[in-house]
Amino acid sequence: MEIVGQLQKQFVDFSTSLYGEGFLDEQYLQLQKLQDESNPDFVCEVVSLFFDDSEKLLNNLATALQQQVVDFKQVDAHVHQFKGSSSSIGAQRVKNMCVAFRNFCEEKNLDGCLRCLQQLNHEYFLVKNKLETLFRLERQIVEAGGTVPVIVA
Amino acid sequence: MGEKRQGCQMMAVRGNEAEGTERRHSALLNFCSNRGVLGISILLMLFLSKNIYDHMDDEQQKRRKEVLVGMCDQRARMLQDQFSVSVNHVHALAILVSTFHFYKNPSAIDQETFAEYTARTAFERPLLSGVAYAQRILNSEREEFERQHGWTIRTMEEEEPSPIRDEYAPVIFSQETVSYIESLDMMSGEEDRENILRARATGKAVLTSPFRLLNSHHLGVVLTFPVYNSKLPPNPTVQERIEATAGYLGGAFDVESLVENLLGQLSGNQGIAVIVYDVTNSSDRLIMYGHHSLESDMSLKHVSRLNFGDPFRRHEMICGYLQEAPTSWIALTTSFFVFVIGILVLKSQAEAADIAKSQFLATVSHEIRTPMNGILGMLQLLLDTELSSAQKEFAQTAEACGEVLITLINEVLDRAKIEARRLELEAVPFDIRSILDDVLSLFSEKSRQKGVELAVFVSDKVPEVVVGDPGRFRQVITNLVGNSVKFTEQGHIFVQVLLAAQANSVMDAETEICTNGESECKMESCIRQYNTLSGTQAADDRSSWVTDKHLDDESGDASSTVMNGDASTTVMNGDASRGVALMVCVEDTGIGIPEQAQKRMFTPFMQADSSTSRNYGGTGIGLSISKCLVELMGGQMDFKSRPQIGSTFFFAVEFRSCENNLIVNLKKSLSDDLPNSFKGIKALIVDGKPVRAAVTKYHLKRIGIQAQTVGSIAKAVAVFGKYGSLISRDEKPRDVLLVEKDLWIPGEEYDMMQLSSWRKNGHLYKLPKMVLLATNITAAECEKAKAAGFEDTVIMKPLRASMVAACLQQVLGISKKRQHGKEMLNKSIGKSGLLSGKKFLVVDDNVVNRRVAAGALKKFGAEVHCASSGQEALKLLQIPHEFSACFMDIQMPEMDGFQATTLIREMESRAKAHVNRECTTEGEARKGEWHIPILAMTADVIHATLEKCLKIGMDGYVSKPFQEKSLYEAVAKFFEPKETVNSS
Repeated sequence: MEIVGQLQKQFVDFSTSLYGEGFLDEQYLQLQKLQDESNPDFVCEVVSLFFDDSEKLLNNLATALQQQVVDFKQVDAHVHQFKGSSSSIGAQRVKNMCVAFRNFCEEKNLDGCLRCLQQLNHEYFLVKNKLETLFRLERQIVEAGGTVPVIVA
Repeated sequence: MGEKRQGCQMMAVRGNEAEGTERRHSALLNFCSNRGVLGISILLMLFLSKNIYDHMDDEQQKRRKEVLVGMCDQRARMLQDQFSVSVNHVHALAILVSTFHFYKNPSAIDQETFAEYTARTAFERPLLSGVAYAQRILNSEREEFERQHGWTIRTMEEEEPSPIRDEYAPVIFSQETVSYIESLDMMSGEEDRENILRARATGKAVLTSPFRLLNSHHLGVVLTFPVYNSKLPPNPTVQERIEATAGYLGGAFDVESLVENLLGQLSGNQGIAVIVYDVTNSSDRLIMYGHHSLESDMSLKHVSRLNFGDPFRRHEMICGYLQEAPTSWIALTTSFFVFVIGILVLKSQAEAADIAKSQFLATVSHEIRTPMNGILGMLQLLLDTELSSAQKEFAQTAEACGEVLITLINEVLDRAKIEARRLELEAVPFDIRSILDDVLSLFSEKSRQKGVELAVFVSDKVPEVVVGDPGRFRQVITNLVGNSVKFTEQGHIFVQVLLAAQANSVMDAETEICTNGESECKMESCIRQYNTLSGTQAADDRSSWVTDKHLDDESGDASSTVMNGDASTTVMNGDASRGVALMVCVEDTGIGIPEQAQKRMFTPFMQADSSTSRNYGGTGIGLSISKCLVELMGGQMDFKSRPQIGSTFFFAVEFRSCENNLIVNLKKSLSDDLPNSFKGIKALIVDGKPVRAAVTKYHLKRIGIQAQTVGSIAKAVAVFGKYGSLISRDEKPRDVLLVEKDLWIPGEEYDMMQLSSWRKNGHLYKLPKMVLLATNITAAECEKAKAAGFEDTVIMKPLRASMVAACLQQVLGISKKRQHGKEMLNKSIGKSGLLSGKKFLVVDDNVVNRRVAAGALKKFGAEVHCASSGQEALKLLQIPHEFSACFMDIQMPEMDGFQATTLIREMESRAKAHVNRECTTEGEARKGEWHIPILAMTADVIHATLEKCLKIGMDGYVSKPFQEKSLYEAVAKFFEPKETVNSS
């Protein structure tokens, strides 16, 4: 029981920090609301979809920006995709990054785009890391026989 | 992608329009810079209307003058006519005397006859006070004459016997009215003498200059006619005339009564003042009638000549109006109207300019916002790179500033929108309580840091769901609470919402109480310090509303006010679409507003004084916006403030109440899913401050917990002691004990110990869970609290129902699962009832979005299919299909949402035409069957995009990222009506 309590506290602290530092926003809460008995792994499922999609997009972006003649429209399309999926799961900082990225695309600023891509990569892996930690904690709590606390942001 | 492209197009279009915009802006700037132009235009209007007034006034003056001239001339003519009639008659008398006195020998006239005759013919000479005849007597004839008549000739002044002169003119015949002049020598009077001399020289009637008559003291003139004793030659010389003179006939004209009489005949005409002058000597005008000092308007006068038949004398009549020209109302009103119309025209122009200005502001603000977002984004990026601590600080500051700027721009935009009357209020159902909780949570951190108690209370009478604009309501509350938090360092901030009617009745009741039992009031306030949330004094005593028995439903004595309150609620429930007038009041114990600043509180960019912005920051635009918003919501905002004591802002707003049958559904979707698993749980609040206790009670009540309040821990111990000894009582023991932190003080440690020792020993039948309520708590205090028995939990204020619920769940060990499940059950009744069995198509190229949308729709019980492109969607929507609705992403590669929608609609119309053709043969109508609702999914909330959605044939839109609520609302629009039809 003690362990559960500790884990729960850890979980709450960690989630709070995620919201506090802007990694996640309330869209993630929305996502959690959609999860219920009929759909117990909904969040996890969507997030892993997001991971797959993101990695594909990041690859595409890297390739697109390495071309001799960069097709900024193409790049913008990818970033738009990325923005869409990140805002859907509430990965706020990734989303903000995409906004800045798209501005550079509009300006056809290759340097800016490359910098953004780097940052985007960074942000993405950061949030991926955080989310994985969060899921791990959740799993641990459940395994220890506790219930996952509900975060009210 | 497409969004971007479209954005580019928009930019391009803007570029093309740039010239036009610039022109508009420059015109606008012209107007702005020419504030003077406005002033000049107003002056011009003033000038114009003055001209009009002058013109009309001139016209009137002219008319007045004409009237005066007419009247004056008329009077002069009449006066002259009447005068000459009298003169003629005197002439006749003169002839009579010469005929019967001189030609006839002996004379046929003596005094008796003369008196008789003149008396009987007096009516012919109404203007003459009397006539008399004086005989010409030379000094040589005097003795003879005196002897003959038996009296001596006397002078007029002294009535003494006359001294010796060349000749005399003693009166021998006189009318009875002037009999006193008999035997007086007319030539002894200066005026008369002159008259006599002139008369006999000219042979005509002559007049004296005006003088006071002997008897009546009226102004008058004497008329003198010569009487000749022999027939004169046809053209007699003066000498011949003098020699032939035998006597003189004279009469006194009472000019005053003459004119009076005359004017009397003409009365009924406009009152005019008349003055008659003798102007023989033009340098010295002599008044014959009237007064110089008459209070009359002599600014306008007319002079008419009078001819009284005496060529030597000249007379004139001057007329003027008695009263000043009355203000010409027509001129005044006309010019006034011209002025007003002018000003209105100017005003409408100015308003148009104002709207233009607001539009300009809106455009500019929007244009600023876009790059600002870029700046903020980049700053965010910068902050994530490796920075030295100084650099980091700079960047953080810049970011903070940027955020403030964005907020400010948004506020300016708001104001501009309000001014341009383009701000439209939404009318959607919402839950006031949860909005207030949200606002509170925004400020909870700050208030906690300051140690200020922040609380909200909503009266039970306020309906759970009202229809209005939740966003704007929240904005107003946020602004007010934000201000309060900013300016309050200690004490409390308290938000209350009551029905307006309720608030009024309480205020009445309060004044009543205060007048009836003033001493009681005083005593109470002594004991409780101030009956407010934190015990600190507030500017307005509204806190006491909360505890007032008038508001308390459970209060045993049903006073008349309570009855009134109930009546009003029933009325309200009866009439579904009735307005709900709410009184909201935000009370703080902050620095207050200096009195001289109170007047300009609602002026934009005005703060109490310049030091305020220095010390506290902020722009001061928020309040003015809030006021505007409140007014848009049909209310009024006002405040009371006392420096160093606090401010209370209050406003009334008018919402509509929600229709009853909707409430149940809406409550589920709107209120932030408050758990209801606490039903039947009882709590005991230990709190010495009734207002604060009422707030706690309110929050507990919202989650279904019944609470009772006691004033101290000792009393709480007593309550529990009772249960401890008498377990068999019917009453259920209290499950939770909530203790305010400030009541848990060392002095009561003993009681506390007792309580906790009971717990430890398992003394009680069922142990109450102990919860500490605190605004701020240090780690040490926390430890101590745990030691004292509050190991269960500490609830940090401000209290919010959802938070209290979460904490109590933990404390009471109510499994979240169970509660959650229940909630789900409720939901599936509410929501899946609507969508179950429906089949939806979600079209999005983004797999994550697709999954989330599908997840949300599935939750409502719908069956969801996905398509990753427009083409795929087209294939799935080939008619016939079984989809009830389609959610379409707008920006997709290859075929975007617009194209896909267009194609789908084409397909449908073809099918319809086909069906219609078949209809003619089969006679079965299935017209309009194939119109699938298509809802756009877009992150782009630019109005133009949304309009385009509708134009292209879509039926609505859902904004991305998905919010369960908005999604539900969008879908519900399409299915709710059908659902009700089916179920009924």
